[in-house]
Amino acid sequence: MPIAAVATTSTHGGAAGFWDAVSSPEAVAALRLSLVVAVLVSLANAVLGTATAWMLVRDEFPGKRVVNAVIDLPFALPTIVAGLVLLALYGPRSPVGVSIAYTRTAIFMTLLFVTLPFVVRTVQPVLHELDTEMEEAARSLGAHELKVFTRIVLPNILPGILSGMALAFARAVGEIGSLVLISGNLPFRTEVASVFIFNQIHGGNRTGAAAVAVVLLGVSFLILLLVGAIRRLATRHESA
Amino acid sequence: MRRYGVRTVGLGYLAIVLAGPLSMIFWKTFEHGFSPFWHALTDAESIHAFENTLLITAIAVPLNTVFGIACALAIVRKHFPGKGFVNAFVDLPLALSPVVVGLSLYLLYGRGGWFYGVFAGHGIQILFSLPAMVIASVFVSLPFVAREVVPTLREIGDEQEQAAHTLGASGWQTFWRITLPAIRWAVIYGVVLTTARCLGEYGAVSIVAGFKTTATLQVQDDYENFNLAGAYAISLLLAAIAVLVLVAMMLAKPKEETA
Repeated sequence: MPIAAVATTSTHGGAAGFWDAVSSPEAVAALRLSLVVAVLVSLANAVLGTATAWMLVRDEFPGKRVVNAVIDLPFALPTIVAGLVLLALYGPRSPVGVSIAYTRTAIFMTLLFVTLPFVVRTVQPVLHELDTEMEEAARSLGAHELKVFTRIVLPNILPGILSGMALAFARAVGEIGSLVLISGNLPFRTEVASVFIFNQIHGGNRTGAAAVAVVLLGVSFLILLLVGAIRRLATRHESA
Repeated sequence: MRRYGVRTVGLGYLAIVLAGPLSMIFWKTFEHGFSPFWHALTDAESIHAFENTLLITAIAVPLNTVFGIACALAIVRKHFPGKGFVNAFVDLPLALSPVVVGLSLYLLYGRGGWFYGVFAGHGIQILFSLPAMVIASVFVSLPFVAREVVPTLREIGDEQEQAAHTLGASGWQTFWRITLPAIRWAVIYGVVLTTARCLGEYGAVSIVAGFKTTATLQVQDDYENFNLAGAYAISLLLAAIAVLVLVAMMLAKPKEETA
C-alpha cells in the first residue's frame, strides 16, 4: 500500500509531470551523485571487503574475535550517530587534520563506513567453506599466487562478492541518516538523492519527492532481483 | 609475506574506517569531563526523546517478532500462489531507502492521502505523531526476524513436526513444543537486530515525526542548535547500546551453531 501511494503521487501530473520532476536539473544532479558514489563505494567494498574477509578467515592474529565482532558495528550503530562521529573526525576541527566535511569525498568516506559489513559478511562464509586443498593442488602444480587467486579462489567467492556489492550499492543509494550532517546538502554539489527527497517534502513539493523516490524504488527492486539471480546461479553451481 | 600484506591492508582499512570514528565518540563526549555528559543526558529534552524511542521500540519489536515468525513459516512450510513475490517483498525494506519509506507513509496518511480521511474523521492523528513513527519503525525493521528464521526452518526440516502431528498434537502444540524451541536462537538473533534498527532508525522516522522527537532526531536537533554536548552524549549512549547489541550477537551465534 505505501509503495503504491508513492507510485500514484509521482504520476499526479501525468507521465509528463513525472518526467519533468525527475529531469529537473537538481533532481538529476542528486540522482547522478547518488548513483556514481554508490558505484565507487561498492567497488571499493569489493576489493577491501574481500581482503578483510580473507584476513578474518585465513589469518590468525591476537584479537581476531574482537575484530570480527566489530565488523558489524556499522549495522548496529544508528546512522545519525555515525554521521555525527564522522563529522567530528573529518570536520573543520578535525583532530587528524583532514577537513573534508561538506565535500563529495566525505560522502564517499561515510558510505564506506555504513556499507563496510556487506561484502565482508557475504564473502566470509564462502571462504570459510572453501577447502584449501584445491589451492594447495594448484600451488604444487606450479601456479603462482596470483594465478591461484584468480583461477581458484575468485571464481568461488565471486557470487558472494557480487551480492555483497549489490547490497552495499542499494544501501549507498538510499542512505540518509549518516549523510544529513556531513554532506552539507548543497544542491548540485553534495545533495544526494535521499536528502533531495527529504528537502522536497519539507518544501511541499510532493510530486518531485515522489518521482525521485520511484527511481530509488526501481533501483531497489532491480537490486533484489539481481541478488536473487546471483543466489540462484550460485546454488546451481553447487548442485551441478 | 602475502599474509602480512593482506593483514596490513585489512587491519589498516578497519582502523581508518571503523576504529577512528569510534574512538572519536568517546573523545568528544568526555572532552570536558564527565559532568557535562551527565547533564546533557538527563536534560528534559533528551529524556523525553529516549522515552519516545523506547516506546516505539517496545511496540514495534513484538509486532515484528510475531509477524516475522509467521512470515518465515509461510515462506518455508506453505505453498501458495505469489510466494516468490512475498519472499522478495519481505526483503524490500533492506534494499529500500528509509526516506522512501517515510515519504510513502507521509503520502498515505498526510492531507489528501488515501487513509487521511479514515483517521481524521475519528479525530485520530497518525502523521506527525507516534502512530506514524511506530509504523515507520515496523516497516524498516520488518525483515530481520523473518530473514534469520527462514534458513533455520529450512535446515531443521519438518520431520519432527510431522511426527508430532501423527502423535495427535494440534497445530499450536506442535509450534510451541517443536518448532519454536528449534528456531529460538534465530528468533533471538532477529529480535536483537530488530531492536537495534528500531532504536537507531532515523530516515523514515524523521519524515513522519513532525515536532515529535526520538533519540536519533534529538542528536540532529542538538547538533544543529550548537548543543554539541547533548548531541555527543546521546550518541555515546546509542553507540553503547550498539556495542551491547554486538556482544549479544556474539553470544547468540556460537550457541546457534552448536545446537
